[in-house]
Amino acid sequence: MIAIIDYGAGNLNSVYKALIKIGAEVMITSDPIDINTCSAIILPGVGSFGAAILKLKELGLDIGIRENVAKGKPLLGICLGMQLLFDRSFEDGNWEGLGLIGGEIIKFSDPCLKVPHIGWNQLILNRNDDIGLGIGQGEYAYFVHSYYALPKEDDDVIFYTEYGIHVPAIVRKGVVIGMQFHPEKSSETGIKLLENFIEIVNKTEMNL
Amino acid sequence: MITKRIIPCLDVDKGRVVKGTKFEVLKDVSDPVELAKFYSSSGADELVFYDITASNEARNIFLQVVEKTAYEVYIPFTVGGGIRSIDDIKKVLRAGADKVSLNSAAVNNASLITEAALKFGNQCIVLSIDAKRVGQSWHVFINGGRQDTGIDAVEWAFKAETLGAGELVLNSIDADGVKSGYDIALNKEISENVRIPVIASGGAGKMEDFLDVFVCGKADAALAASVFHFGEIDIRELKNYLHLNKVNMRL
Repeated sequence: MIAIIDYGAGNLNSVYKALIKIGAEVMITSDPIDINTCSAIILPGVGSFGAAILKLKELGLDIGIRENVAKGKPLLGICLGMQLLFDRSFEDGNWEGLGLIGGEIIKFSDPCLKVPHIGWNQLILNRNDDIGLGIGQGEYAYFVHSYYALPKEDDDVIFYTEYGIHVPAIVRKGVVIGMQFHPEKSSETGIKLLENFIEIVNKTEMNL
Repeated sequence: MITKRIIPCLDVDKGRVVKGTKFEVLKDVSDPVELAKFYSSSGADELVFYDITASNEARNIFLQVVEKTAYEVYIPFTVGGGIRSIDDIKKVLRAGADKVSLNSAAVNNASLITEAALKFGNQCIVLSIDAKRVGQSWHVFINGGRQDTGIDAVEWAFKAETLGAGELVLNSIDADGVKSGYDIALNKEISENVRIPVIASGGAGKMEDFLDVFVCGKADAALAASVFHFGEIDIRELKNYLHLNKVNMRL
């Protein structure tokens, strides 16, 4: 069972429906007990970083997520959910994140760029990884965001996209995976990436 | 590189697509969900559903359409038409829409944009502007293009950006339905002066019109209805044509 964390933000249903479609067993929950018993966690998210991290703390989910990741449970953060994985964000303030991947979240600053970065942009491979299996160079994914990740280690970036600068599109550190775009809205490419995540989850269960 | 987007717009009344279509591959050309799936598989980058229903009863049917679409279609879609309050926005987002488009209600109450952007994130708040040329400038019209507010459309676009809108749809009343091209001047004027993406709407008749509005009009996306619904322009052919003319496209 995969748990999609409901912390009051965003369009959880799209992620839920996409996972059902590919045959995954999935539930939407905000209960820390479910986070302990599930086989993998998905942290979705639309909205603002500050509100999201405060809500996670209020529900005790920040600790729950960290503990389960420490035990080797796969975690997928999507869009804001990916940004929450990092140390810190400067979205409307200075917020501490979950600290699962080293780095910060900062705003696009090039005055020539339209912000939010909205639309279909290409995935460019930085490093081979199981999450990217079967994804061709330059396939498109749907992005919607005004802030982006600046990871401490380049090795944590699996795919990036070009938007004035290299924007990390998929990051991974051990069992922690993040996607800046919306796989559930990225047509066949997105569905394939979600299938890859499920595959990683299945393998992990066997190794436990 | 980021691509320019092609967006078919579907007008829905009582759960059915109005302006009949003639796709022979579809069993029911008036079923919004089936049409949405067809467009998604034809290469559309996003979809817009416009609810032209007046009664509350029919609005619930529309919400069911949104919900079913979210189940079947894995590209983003925007819902517009008759959205007046935070509660209206919450309902369509919960039903599975990715963005909502505000129009007259935002003109009457500009704080709705800010309130909605803070609550749901500015990426899902699209401001739609119905603009018509009056003298040397463009005015904002409301109530389906019937009422001139006297507000300057370019200034309203700037203000909407400041208030928190994440995208703009510029619908030219002069160009709408005429099929002689988008209003290039209107799109260029606004797109070059705001930092949020601009979606051109109204006037598409042939493939060159899309090229013009992307290259000369500086639009980030182009929306059209009848040229797609009546099969006059095939989305894949259009995207190939634009790609050959050096416009970035998701092929």
